[in-house]
Amino acid sequence: MRHGGKLAVAQTFVRELLGRSDYAIIGELIEPNTRVLDLGCGEGELLAWLAANKHVDARGVEISGPKAQQAIARGVSVFHSDLEEALRDLPDQAFDYVILSQTLQETRAPLKVLQDMLRVGRRAIVAFPNFGHWRVRLAHLWTGRAPKTKLFPYDWYNSPNIHFLTVHDFEAMALAERWTVERRIFLEGARTVKLRPNLRAEVAVFLVRK
Amino acid sequence: MITESHIAKFDSISLDGGMTLAPVDVAYETYGELNAARNNAILVLHAFSGDAHAAGEDGWWDSMIGPGKGFDTDKYFVICSNVLGGCRGTSGPGSINPSTGCPYGMSFPPVTIPDMVRLQKMLIGHLGIERLLSVSGGSMGAMQAMQWAVAYPDAVASAIPIAGTARHSPQQIAFNEVGRQAIMADPDWNEGNYYGRRPPARGLSVARMVGHITYMSDASMREKFGRRLRDENQFEVESYLRYRGGQFVDRFDANSYLYITKAMDYFDLTSSGRSLSAAFENVKARFLVISFTSDWLYPSYQSLEVVRALRGRNCDVAYCELPSSYGHDAFLVNVIEQAELVRGFLASTFRERA
Repeated sequence: MRHGGKLAVAQTFVRELLGRSDYAIIGELIEPNTRVLDLGCGEGELLAWLAANKHVDARGVEISGPKAQQAIARGVSVFHSDLEEALRDLPDQAFDYVILSQTLQETRAPLKVLQDMLRVGRRAIVAFPNFGHWRVRLAHLWTGRAPKTKLFPYDWYNSPNIHFLTVHDFEAMALAERWTVERRIFLEGARTVKLRPNLRAEVAVFLVRK
Repeated sequence: MITESHIAKFDSISLDGGMTLAPVDVAYETYGELNAARNNAILVLHAFSGDAHAAGEDGWWDSMIGPGKGFDTDKYFVICSNVLGGCRGTSGPGSINPSTGCPYGMSFPPVTIPDMVRLQKMLIGHLGIERLLSVSGGSMGAMQAMQWAVAYPDAVASAIPIAGTARHSPQQIAFNEVGRQAIMADPDWNEGNYYGRRPPARGLSVARMVGHITYMSDASMREKFGRRLRDENQFEVESYLRYRGGQFVDRFDANSYLYITKAMDYFDLTSSGRSLSAAFENVKARFLVISFTSDWLYPSYQSLEVVRALRGRNCDVAYCELPSSYGHDAFLVNVIEQAELVRGFLASTFRERA
């Protein structure tokens, strides 16, 4: 599911795209005193923040051993595992929210992951880089090669991303699966954008339920 | 750290086998101070050949227990006792049977891991503690930690089983049986009646040599010994195993070896046909489960089986497989990362659940 570049991409996203603004957005979406599962939780920064500020019952899954260690040392209950396997163990509707931040495009079976998220959780929060952003489109058009941008900084042969989706793609899937999109937030840097998100959003955050 | 050993005496204990052992002694040590709320106590559980002396000079987990260490004695009150059936101060086959005035030997009743834990529960009550902040141990200590969480769900806030299993595999039972047969094949064993005479030192020493092989890894043995020769007649590794075997004879009773390894082999949270998930039905404790990459005696899949069953019940579980080349011994040797996990886990448990 994840490959060598995973660590780098996670760090890039946390630092450049999410930072505190991502905490604020997810913090705003998540009701206090709920049960939260973060898939690909890294070193558990977000979960520790949610536990301290929203008093949530926080759990995580992380495939990188050193990151899982850091998260546990931070006091967060993290399961050192592949996320697709980790979802299988859990009972139905065990969580109020299941978060998947910047990882959907790296999973082998994205639809299955999302379906599992909505099986174990009442709601899913999914954040992903938008492949429909105008810079990605221009890069592809101008170079005639697999696009490389700030959002997608890899050469095609060493990219952890194995599925590419746009804001519209996600909306279409949600419609086909008959999920309800309760919130959609589009980010360009730290700012939110409302107009033409499929062209302008670098990152899309969806709050979805069955 | 200066430590002192204590003995708690109880009138009797009823055992899983239906028998009653009376009286019964428990050797234990404590480190740090019990706070006024009595909610900072941690019971540390020793592995097969350990004893109550966990911390201080030559303590078996001294690297983990002490001021500022993983089990921080500036914050927590740490207790460690010798297991039932042992030979380091707690009642075992070498103890005197009051009805005969002689050591029990093989007439000592069979003991189980749940029996050991029952006696520990009595000790905790004796110390005035209702609920432990944590129970933790490696190997057989991990079995006891899980048994605590299953048998006394209201008496433990958290459990930290390290390099353990919910039940021995045939391979683990097989290695134990080689050790037992080595002891019983020694004529000095004499059906367990050797107290006051020559003990079955050769058999016990061979048993320990087998044990030590299983505690190490191919890589750690290569690194430690290579093919170096001690002298023209023996390799370093042979000399090491003989030394450790001989050393063990001075501190361990062969009959305790038989009783305790049997207790480990028979331990099975899934006994009487229940699933592991069903075994964890009443568990309330939060868990930190740790395994090590090179541990082939208690491989990670055994820890993962426990983690999966707990997650299936939506229990609060943290799990990490730590990289190490030390094999099963890693939980005693590879302590820096382990201590970090334990420290963070205990701090949040104390904050949220004490």
